[in-house]
Amino acid sequence: METLNKIRVLVAKPGLDGHDKGAKIVALALRDAGMEVIYSGLHQTLDQIMSTAVQESVDVIGLSIMSGAHLPICEKLTAMIKEQGLDNVHLVVGGVIPNQDVQVLRKMGVAAVFPGGTSFDTIVSGINGLFQ
Amino acid sequence: MPEKVPDIQPDPPVEIRQILDGDVMAGARLIRCIEAGDPAAAQMLGKLYSHAGNAFVIGITGPPGAGKSTLINSLITMFRKKQFTVGVVAVDPSSRKTGGAVLGDRVRMQAHAGDKGVFIRSMAARGAAGGLARAAKDTCLVLDAMGYEIIIVEPVGSGQADLEITTLVHSLGLVAIPGTGDGIQAVKAGLLEAADLFIVNKTDLPGAASEMMTLEHLVQQRSLEPDTWQPPVVGTCARTGEGVDRLADLFLDHRQFMKDHQVLEKIQTAQAGEYFNTLVRQMVMDRIDPWIDRQVAAFLDTAAQKAAVAADPYQAARKLADRLTRFLAEPDSEVF
Repeated sequence: METLNKIRVLVAKPGLDGHDKGAKIVALALRDAGMEVIYSGLHQTLDQIMSTAVQESVDVIGLSIMSGAHLPICEKLTAMIKEQGLDNVHLVVGGVIPNQDVQVLRKMGVAAVFPGGTSFDTIVSGINGLFQ
Repeated sequence: MPEKVPDIQPDPPVEIRQILDGDVMAGARLIRCIEAGDPAAAQMLGKLYSHAGNAFVIGITGPPGAGKSTLINSLITMFRKKQFTVGVVAVDPSSRKTGGAVLGDRVRMQAHAGDKGVFIRSMAARGAAGGLARAAKDTCLVLDAMGYEIIIVEPVGSGQADLEITTLVHSLGLVAIPGTGDGIQAVKAGLLEAADLFIVNKTDLPGAASEMMTLEHLVQQRSLEPDTWQPPVVGTCARTGEGVDRLADLFLDHRQFMKDHQVLEKIQTAQAGEYFNTLVRQMVMDRIDPWIDRQVAAFLDTAAQKAAVAADPYQAARKLADRLTRFLAEPDSEVF
């Protein structure tokens, strides 16, 4: 029987960069893996992302960041997630992320980092892995 | 499909009080539990039921690409200007193949993401027929109990077979776009009888005036009893917000009309009766569906019966259906 409890993912584009082809394609890959994906659109503020995550009761917030601002954005968002008590919400990040920043992000509390070039399989199994 | 799915139980249980106080996180979590088929959520709905019934529920239906989400975005702005709080339930289709979904209606409404007076929930249809999700009605109940004064429901875009929406809204707007012959589609679909407001969106496109005229003619042909609501035809440009102020007023006029003519109460009573029927049906089907599957498999277990099905599936099915219904009526009997 088909499960009623699906992984819900918010795919969001924070800040100023306007490149959302990657975010949309990842959204489709997650759909094809049986997840329910809420797509936020471009230029989201962190407050918008938080309130969307709460209203949609998502399990995962997936940020797509190409602007180079991934460190400050993730630092703020992990703090906001903690502050609002969303203990069961995992933050994952993809986009243009230099290698040396991956560990920094992980230490901040980002559950998984998927730099450009990561395969869909890796992203899907990475997200599924958060719930096993 | 993932083997394991997120366990939503570790979150603290939702209290009735939190919902009635309009606690957004609690409301969102309850909706999640409803979608997941959690029995505790069903009990909670029962307790919330007597606290609901105050919201005005609006439906916006129409073909994909008609601009429903953008129109709802503008409508939210107008209703907020009039000091109403607004809840939105936006349904998008699920993939039949994988069960997953991309829910994108919200993209058009993100301007309201920071507004505490607005609660937007995206929902996957999950194979439910009629353009609605099974949990849509219960989600409206939760939003109603949370105190949202106006609830807007956006079903999956269609315009031909999504009349399911009429079982849960008080006022239904049908969106058409110029030059697509939506007016004619409306006659085919029976939406002409069901819609309370006809909206021609994208009035900046050529053909808007003639589309509106077509619809006005069609509406006039609809036989109306005296003292019944005459559905207006309104032109909007959702992108710029033009005409949406008038649309919001017309929805409120319709509500006033229904109140003045004691129609609102009648609709609510009829919908409650219909929903009770649906609930019973759903509960029975949920219980016997797997049982039927097992009986069909058992029936096909012998070569003789397989041959009978191959020769005449109609007669074989009738025979098995007779046996199963007899067994349901007299549980002491044997199926085979």
